[in-house]
Amino acid sequence: MLRPGGDRVSEVRSIVTPIRLEYEFTAGEAAQNFLHGLAEGKLLGRRCPVDGKIYLPARGSCPEHAVSLTTDSVEIADRGTVTTFCIVRIPAENLSVDPPFVAAHVLLDGADIPFFHVVHGCPPEEVRMGMRVRAHWVPEAELGPTLRSIEYFEPIDEPDASFESFQEHL
Amino acid sequence: MRDVAVVSFAQTPNVRREPRNEVEMLVELIPEVVQASGIPREKIGFTCSGSCDYIAGQPFSFVTALDAAGAWPPIAESHVEMDGAWALYEAWVKIQTGQCDSALVYGFGKSSMGSPADVVTLQLDPYLIAPLWPTAIHVAALQARKLIDAGKTSEREMAEVAARNRKAALANPSAQLAGACDVDDLLAAPYLANPLRKHDCPPITDGASAIVLAAGDLAREVSKRPAWIRGLDHRVEPHSPGARDLTVSRSTRVAAEQAGAAAGGLDVAEVHAPFTHQERLVTEALGLPEQCEVNPSGGALAAHPFMTAGLTRIGEVAQRILDGQAGRGVAHATSGPCLQQNLVCLLEGE
Repeated sequence: MLRPGGDRVSEVRSIVTPIRLEYEFTAGEAAQNFLHGLAEGKLLGRRCPVDGKIYLPARGSCPEHAVSLTTDSVEIADRGTVTTFCIVRIPAENLSVDPPFVAAHVLLDGADIPFFHVVHGCPPEEVRMGMRVRAHWVPEAELGPTLRSIEYFEPIDEPDASFESFQEHL
Repeated sequence: MRDVAVVSFAQTPNVRREPRNEVEMLVELIPEVVQASGIPREKIGFTCSGSCDYIAGQPFSFVTALDAAGAWPPIAESHVEMDGAWALYEAWVKIQTGQCDSALVYGFGKSSMGSPADVVTLQLDPYLIAPLWPTAIHVAALQARKLIDAGKTSEREMAEVAARNRKAALANPSAQLAGACDVDDLLAAPYLANPLRKHDCPPITDGASAIVLAAGDLAREVSKRPAWIRGLDHRVEPHSPGARDLTVSRSTRVAAEQAGAAAGGLDVAEVHAPFTHQERLVTEALGLPEQCEVNPSGGALAAHPFMTAGLTRIGEVAQRILDGQAGRGVAHATSGPCLQQNLVCLLEGE
């Protein structure tokens, strides 16, 4: 920017304007139930009353039929099948695990939508679609109403699930 | 122009703190309004909603809310980061283009999760005004002071507006604040931001509301007495509250003229005036006739579900027409600081 006299005036490139807003999250009835389950070391899903599909984490509504899920919970096994995955090699500020690690969709036995978590306990290159895994929970004293109650999913010594068994859940 | 009507309206109870989340509120509300419309859900051609992620403190909260609308098989959908009244405007335009004959419109706000008076500070100029952190109440107080100094209202008249709306709300089962108030008692309360007291400000509300629109023959087929939208317009003023005359609402006046509200014959008006001093500003700008009933629901002072209080005004007028209680009415919605943006909807039965 030039003044009439020709002197160069420094451009204002940044200003600091602190902003802070605080919220008290409302998890909702269905998610509360799921979170309380985690605190007890359980995975609690809920059923769509129209087609019986089990959603985990339980949500406020069946996204397909737009109806409330049933209020009685269904306990789901803490083991399942990797349906898809990616190997993360780039560090990020908010990650609690060091790369490389595997982010995966795990279709828990009995659930109808895959569950998003981390697979650990084998070299990333060995993770594959159809691989059987189970939840590795934190010690009982550390369980809480948070997804961090499960540290990661780890491989189990079972034959891989067939592609046909999970192709509807990709 | 195509004839478009409101064929159903529904709202959740408006409460200070709702234990359900937004999806759980909407999953009860949407089937109610769709069923009342008489149009099967899968036949509704368009879905449009209004809400604000800053209220939820959650990015893309409106996408989460779609779980309650049923987006499978995929639906034609849109969202405005505005009051649901503007979602209704978009749906009305969509129907005008001939792309659909019906639309589901909803709006929702769960203000209890945060501090709405601070959240709206972020709609001000982010460099030169917002850093001073004037809340919604502070900015509204500047407007109220201007009106009082101009002799256009008084603290007593403002308290009377609060008392009248809360009394009217006794007949509204969805209202949050209802009851008989003594004006002197209200005036004995301390100021929140002089000249505004608590009763001059909207309550913090969790709530949602929804409307189904239908065009021409479809509206006549599903409804005995559709609430026809005879005019719909919205206008906006400059962003900075300092750049305009806060003692008048020119955008409301222009929108009212464009919507045809000035032609008269109005039985009922629902105006979205979150602060007491704004009610008369809006009713004057709308040019309401003497006999017109104003805010029989108790208006935004009895319940202020943020991002849908305006849509609710349209629904309250439409419901009175659907029920045969009113022949012709006008609804108003506002957005932004000090009535910056205003929408006017003229509705009529046959």
